[in-house]
This record gives sequence, C-alpha cells and structure tokens, in this order.
Amino acid sequence: MTVKVAKQAKQAADRQVTGEQAAGRPASRGGRRHGSYPYALYAPAAAVYLVIFLVPTVMAFYFSLTRWTLFDSTFVGLDNFRDFLSEQNLRIGFQNTIVYAVVTSGLKVVLGMGLGVLLTGSLRSRGFLRSVVFFPVLVSTVAVGITFSMLLKPDTGLVDRTLGLAGIDGRDWLGDATTALLSVALVDVWKGVGLATVIYIAGIVSIPRSYYEAVMVDGGSAWHRFRHVTLPLSWPATYSVIVLSFIGGLRTFDLIWTMTRGGPGFTSDTIASIIYKQYQAGFYGLSTAGNVLLFIVVTALVVPLTYVLGKRQVVL
Amino acid sequence: MSLMSRNRMSRGRMHPMRRFKRFAAELLALTVATVVFLVPFAFMLLTAVKNEEQATDLDFAWPAEWRIVQNFTEVIQARDHVLLRAYINSTILTVASVTLIVIFAAMAAFVLQRRQGKLSSAANFLVLTGLIIPPAIVPTIWLLQKLGLFKTLPGLTLVEVAYGLPYAVLLFRAFIAAIPREMDEAAMIDGCGGFRLFFQVIFPLLRPVTVTVILTSSVAVFNDFVNPLYFLPGDDNATVQVTLYNFQSQYNTQWNLLFMDIVLITVPPLLVFVFFNRKIVTGMTAGALKG
Amino acid sequence: MKTPLRMPRAAVAALTVVALTACGSGSGSSSDGTVTLSFLMGNDQSTVDTTKALANAFTQANPKIKIKPEVIAGGSEGDNIVKTRLSTGDMADVFWYNPGSLLQALNPGQTMVDLTGDPVLKNVKKDYLPVVTQGGKVYGVPAAAAAGGGILYNRKVYERLGLKPPTTWAEFMANNDKVKAAGVTPVITTFKDTWTSQVMVLADYYNVQAAVPTFAQDYTAGKTKFATTPAAVAGFQHLAEIHAKGYMNKGFGSATNEQGLKMLIEGKGAHYAMLSLTLPPQLASYPQAATDVGFFGIPGNDPAKHGATVWEPPALYIAKTTKHLDEAKKFLAFVASPAGTAAVTKAVPPSGPYRVEGATLPANALQVAKDLQAYLDRRATTPALEFLSPVKGPSLEQITVAVGSGLTQPVDGAAQYDKDVAKQAKQLGLPGWG
Repeated sequence: MTVKVAKQAKQAADRQVTGEQAAGRPASRGGRRHGSYPYALYAPAAAVYLVIFLVPTVMAFYFSLTRWTLFDSTFVGLDNFRDFLSEQNLRIGFQNTIVYAVVTSGLKVVLGMGLGVLLTGSLRSRGFLRSVVFFPVLVSTVAVGITFSMLLKPDTGLVDRTLGLAGIDGRDWLGDATTALLSVALVDVWKGVGLATVIYIAGIVSIPRSYYEAVMVDGGSAWHRFRHVTLPLSWPATYSVIVLSFIGGLRTFDLIWTMTRGGPGFTSDTIASIIYKQYQAGFYGLSTAGNVLLFIVVTALVVPLTYVLGKRQVVL
Repeated sequence: MSLMSRNRMSRGRMHPMRRFKRFAAELLALTVATVVFLVPFAFMLLTAVKNEEQATDLDFAWPAEWRIVQNFTEVIQARDHVLLRAYINSTILTVASVTLIVIFAAMAAFVLQRRQGKLSSAANFLVLTGLIIPPAIVPTIWLLQKLGLFKTLPGLTLVEVAYGLPYAVLLFRAFIAAIPREMDEAAMIDGCGGFRLFFQVIFPLLRPVTVTVILTSSVAVFNDFVNPLYFLPGDDNATVQVTLYNFQSQYNTQWNLLFMDIVLITVPPLLVFVFFNRKIVTGMTAGALKG
Repeated sequence: MKTPLRMPRAAVAALTVVALTACGSGSGSSSDGTVTLSFLMGNDQSTVDTTKALANAFTQANPKIKIKPEVIAGGSEGDNIVKTRLSTGDMADVFWYNPGSLLQALNPGQTMVDLTGDPVLKNVKKDYLPVVTQGGKVYGVPAAAAAGGGILYNRKVYERLGLKPPTTWAEFMANNDKVKAAGVTPVITTFKDTWTSQVMVLADYYNVQAAVPTFAQDYTAGKTKFATTPAAVAGFQHLAEIHAKGYMNKGFGSATNEQGLKMLIEGKGAHYAMLSLTLPPQLASYPQAATDVGFFGIPGNDPAKHGATVWEPPALYIAKTTKHLDEAKKFLAFVASPAGTAAVTKAVPPSGPYRVEGATLPANALQVAKDLQAYLDRRATTPALEFLSPVKGPSLEQITVAVGSGLTQPVDGAAQYDKDVAKQAKQLGLPGWG
C-alpha cells in the first residue's frame, strides 16, 4: 500500500538530486543559470553582516591575544588560551555544556514534532493550543528565569507543593548540585518548544497533500502516514530544529545565568557561563580567548553534524 | 503523537466509543497544555497584583490585597514614564529590524541554496559562524561610534539585523531546498530571472517559513535585553526589557512591581499574537505547496 | 459607536507628547545659564534614594545647576557598563562607583578628574582617602555612610533565650546550639544570591590581620596565600562547620538575600553574616529592623582581640570627559560636607558612620550603626581586604557557596581561591605575579 507513496517520494527525491547535480555541473547552461541567481541578492545581507558583525569579531580575535582592560591592551601571545584551558572548573563546564545541548535539542525535536503533528491534525482546540504552546516563546528569558526560580523553590514553590499533595518529598531543585542543571534544561525546553513546534508546523503544512491522499487511498494507518510521509518529508524542519537548538544549547548561558549563575558552587556552569564570568570580572582578553575556544568546540561538533544531517536531506 | 496514532484523521462515520475516546484525548491534551503552559503565567499575574510584603514570599498564594491599579500606575509612572517611551522605542526597533531581516535573509538564502561555488561555501560558513560566535561588544561600540551610529535607534537596528540574519538565513535556506527547481526553470522559460524570479516566484512560496521567521525574529528583538543595554544606553532610549532593571537590584527587589512590569511587557506581544494567530496560521498554510 | 476608534488616537497623541518632552532633556547648558549635570548610578533603592536626596538638596542651594540622574544596573553588570562607557568616552559628568580594588580597573589616571589637593576634599576624613587613591592621586569623595560587615543578629531572640553577643567563635557556636534547640534557625544562609556567601570569609578579615598584621601587603605582593595562612583559612572553615552542624535554614541553596533579611527581622533566624547597609531598605516594610537587629564582628579565637571589619562607603567620581568641571566639583564638595550627609540621613538612615568631618549620626540611628560605632570608638576595626589591596578574585562567591554547601573542603576552597586570585592579579598586570 505504501508503494505509491514511496514512488512519489522517490520522484521527489530524484527531482532534488537532479537539481543538485545540475547545479554542480559547471559549464552547462552556466551563464543563464547563474544570471538567474545573481550574487547581488547577497549584497544587503553581506554589507550589514560584514560591518556590524565580522569586523568587530576579527578585532576581538586580536584582543584574545592580549591582556585587555578596555583602556589598553598588552600583547601576551597565547597566554590567555593557556589560562582559560587551565580554568579550574572547565572540565565540569564542558560536560555540562554537552549534556545541556543534547538534552534540550533532543527534547525539542521529539516534543516539537509531536506537538507539530498534533496541532496540524484534527483537534478541535488546536487554534487555542497553538497559541498556548507558543506563549512561553514570547516571554523574555529573564522573566522566565525569575518565574521558574520561584516555582521551583523548595517547600513553598508550586512544584514542591504539588508533589507534596501527591505525597512525594520535593527538593531544592536549583540549589541542589544534582538537579540544578537538568532543571534549567527542562525550563529551556518549556520556553523553546513552541518555536520548534512552529517550525514543524510550517514544515508539515508544506508537505504536498497528495502524499497523504495516496496513503489514504491505500488505507494506511495514522502511524504509517507519520512514519512514511510526515517524518521523512518534514526533514527540513527537523534539520533546522536540531541545528538551531543544538548550537543554542552549546552556547547557552542567559537562562542558566538568571536561574543558577552556574551554581551551586560551579556545578551547573557551562563553557559560556564560565566565559561570561571572565567578562564580568573585567578579564576581557581572557573571555575573548574563551569565546574563540568555544567557537572551535562548537564548530568541531556542529560541522560534522550539519554534514550528516545535510546528506540525509538530499537522499531523503 | 500517540494520541494521533490511535485516532483516524477521517471525519464522520465514527463509532460512539471511538468518539468518546477522541473526546477524552482532546480533553487530556487541553488539560496538560493548560497546566504546563499557563500556570506559570497565572503565577506572574498573581504576584503582579500583590502588595510588596506578600510578594516577597513568592509562593502561589491568593493575593491578600488586590493592588491592581496601584501597582499598575506605579510601574507606568516609574522614572518619568520610562515604560511608555520604552514601548515606542521597542516597537520601532522591532518593526524595522524584522523587515530588514526577512528581506535580506530570504534573498541571501535563495542564492545560497541555489548556486553552489566558493562564494556560497564561504557564505555558508559565515552563517554558521554567526550562529556560533558570541558578538564582540566593545569593538562594535567603537565601530558604531566611528559611523556616528552609537546610541541611535538606527545603530541598534543594524546590530539586531546583523545578529538576527544567520538564524533567519538558515531557516529560509532549509525551506527553499524543498521548493523544486522546476519552479525556477518554468519561470526562467517565461523570461523571469534574478530579482524578478526571486520576488515574484520564490518569495511568495516562502509564506510559511516567512511567517515563522517574522515570529521568531520579532520575539528575539523585542525580548532582547543585552544589546539595548550596551548600544542604546540611557533612560530616554530605553527598550522594554531594560525596564526590568527598575525594580530589581542587588540588595532588594520589589517583586510585585517587577512582575507587574513583566506582565505589562509580556501581555501586549501576547495579545498581538493571539489577535494575528488566525492570520499566522492561514499564512503558513496558504503558502504551502499543493504538490 | 465611533468612540472606540477615537480612544487609541488620543492615546497615540498622548504618547507622542510624552516622547517629545522626554527627548528635550539632555546634559548641557541652556540659554538661561542653567547647567544640567548628568549623574550615573546603580539601581538599588538606597543608592537611588541617596542620590535623589543629594540632588534635591544641592539644587535647592544652587538653583542654576540641575542634576539629571541616570540609573543603570548594579553589581557586576553595572561594572561592565561603567567600564564600557568610560573606555568609549561616553560617561556621565559625575558617577557613583565603588572605592578600593574595583576602582583600579577603571584606569582612573586616564578617565577621571584628579582631585588631589582640591578644596573638594576639604571635609573628607583623611583615613578614607587611601581607598579612592590610585598612583598617588585622589579621585573621589564618599557618597554615603560606611557599613559594618559581620553578623547581624536578632536582639529579640537573644533576649528571649538569654544570650550575649559572643566575642569568640566557640561562644558563637554555643549560642547557635541554644538557638537551634529553641527551634529557630541559627545561621541564615542565602546562596541563591551568591555574593552573600562570601561575607563569612571577607568579614573575617579583622581576625586575619589581628593574627598576621602584614597580611594585606604580603598578599598584594604575592608573598602569602590564603591556603597557607591558618587565620585566613578560618573563614572557609567557619562556613563548612556551620553546614556540618546543620545550622542553616532549609532550602538555603535557593534562598535570596531579601528572604534572609526578612527571616532575620521576623526572628525566624538568629544570625546572618551580612553587611549592615542591606538593612535600611527594609525599614519601609519592617520598621522594627531599626531596633531589633544588632551587629557584632565575626568572632575569632581571642576575646581580647575581638573587633569588626568595615566596608568603606562608595564614592562619587568626575569623568574626564565632562564639560562642566566647575559645577561637578561644586556638587562633589556639597556631597562631602555635613550639609550633604544631613540630606542623605533624611532619605536613608545610615547603617554606619559617615566619612566626612563634622557629620554626625542622628540620635535615633539604627541599632546596627550604634553597635558599629562602639567598635570604632574602641578602635577595634579594620577596612575589609578589598579596600587595602587591589587583589580580589572574582570567583570567591562561587567557592564559598561550594564550601558552605559541603561540596568542597575548606582547605581546597582556600587553595582554589588562591588560584583565582593569581589569575586576577595576572590579568591586571600587577607586579610580582607574572
């Protein structure tokens, strides 16, 4: 029964592949083709990005080689890099960063896709639910951080009160070294899942209806529809959600900063929060060096990831 | 998900038992969503109307005293009505930045996806770089000073555009990949190329993802807290998020006023969202490819 | 039903008016000879109240000079804003900032107006000058009252349980035992606001210098360490001991400074290692804080050498970029005069003595201020280490939270802090730290 769907999907994939190949073929109809995609379309984005982002970033890279007080800078070579790498809590920060990024992006993909399917389905209250799921995205991180710090307070916080009703002993979620990081990660998911859902909704409604109709004709179950149409064809959405939330997770610090400040002690520090602390202490050169290192780490993780994910996209 | 898989999508001809199950499932989804997503908002609202002493408890108790009007006026009037000025600034900033982000990013993403080559690889890399590298504040201030844009709304707008572009380009590019090249080719045969091809053929097809980008970028710009602090300092230039500082400090915080401020700066975007929700959804669906 | 349409338009008009009038006021001089001084400060309530009182009193005496306050974030976020604005030449005419170790990071020689020998300093107490001096030049005047760092305690609880303020750590722990037996939290601990955790270590400095009089100089020169000085490790041990004995409140890990003060004032907790300057903002909600809360220095081992650590008041500085130097100096001279402190006292009851000649504590001063004054009268005080040495590690508050939560051993905590300090000294380029 899925033969027809598979065939159609194959056709779509072939279309894509031929497209990629055609683009990769240098000389054929070259002038005409390239004229259709003029580099001039890059220009406005490139101008703003270059001046406001790239130039200062390159300047900052120079400062990572200096002892920089904002008022003057002394060239110190790679000292800052050595100092940052010998930072006392860097190892724990590194582990936390990976855990945080994997947990948040994983949950955002799973929940975002689930909600996306649910909210493009036939639920009568889906309009309301779409709004509700998206509400947290509209609230600033600072406000979310403050609110959840209060809800997660030991004993008197709403979470512990509710658990108390069920006869479960609550705990000091954010003040306890074992739960602080994961609590923040869950709040991050709460705040961010609406965005993932919207990206999925956009992806799912972009899937041509004919694929679903083909499955209907063949009498396929909902699971089949999901497994063979929605899941593979919403790949652009999955790709975007994974890449964006994984990178976001790797360099996160604002929510952690409002909720735990990396504490208790150093137990919920991430690389980004360690960097921010150097910045706050006025160690500008050192914090810039940290940023360069974070950039290398993130690139080392994300480039292979986008390569693998991007490959799947073509194969479809 | 499991809800969906247990229920057929086709309407009508439903067994009563099935109908009941369906109703129960819907009810469950509603309850869970309400509790998980709305209770924190209830907490904000309740704290916002408490008196100062009770608000310090920060629990989920019913307000002993409803100080809706007093807290509201106090927050509005704080520091010469800074909140109202902040609203005007934030609105201008958001509208201007998001317009530029959408147009610039969609154009760039189109070439980026369609045309391979050294320049596009470089651009691809720069997009990733922009997502990964945190911005360098002080050099940016120097640069803006040189350009005469420091402490101006246009300056901050450009900053928001630059920081918002990579995210938007990534989203656009992923979705442009789903548009068959046959579309372009058909248009080219009609003699439509370059800018016209993009604006007349491709851009309208990008409605769903454009709506998403508008939504996400406006939220990011409107809720931005750090950049206005550095690039547009001063009470005259305040943006809404910066007003949170008025009620919070190292030694003491007026929680009721802080939460009233949170409510006041959160509710309008919420209302705008609810108001446009229909349009947003139709916008997303209308542009969908009817393959 | 046309009215609903008109409403928003009226609102828009109103908003426009607000916006226009708001934009008209910048720093500068207008045609009638009035000069407006911009004045930048942190956002906590007592700072804002203090500056408002000073500005009003000053403008009353000098109607031609207006003060326009600009409020920024406090704490380390504020530090960065101040640094950024100074380094980009965009500072207000006058600004409020810490003295001591934080001052040096502002590079005063390049960014601030040198006040050495200026009549502005006429009324400033001589022993205050070192904390606003850099490279032999003086840059600021005290803007508020000094504060005590030590143990704030609830006098009602002490009365009820028949306790006496301790002069040794052993007595203090004995008091804690009795307090705990009475069902009251002995030592309020609020690690959500991490900075509160370091008071136990920083305020112990009186005892450190009593045991090792040359500690500040040796420490600045990199010749001595916390971990190798038993008197300096004591502060970390105190934290660990309090945690080990279970003297802290439940949920200490996510309690805030404000909740801690509330517990203390209401008598739910007996002791709180804190700075006395946190008390005045509570008076509006809890008037009893004026009389029910007392102060004693962190007790050491020798009752004969009991004393207290003092936090010097923040200062006002003039940015080098100011266009109204004469007016700015006039303002600073007013702030550092008995008339200035009198204006402050009316707005914010001082929690310690002023650093201005001729300024007096009011008769109805806070109990903590009286207790601190008693230490000063006995000459049993010292400024905190951060006012004597430019060296101060930024991670102390995280380390003290870790030690106070039982995650790190006290000696390890002290050693971690030494590493942290070495990093800071290196980043500042201090001699002797390479």
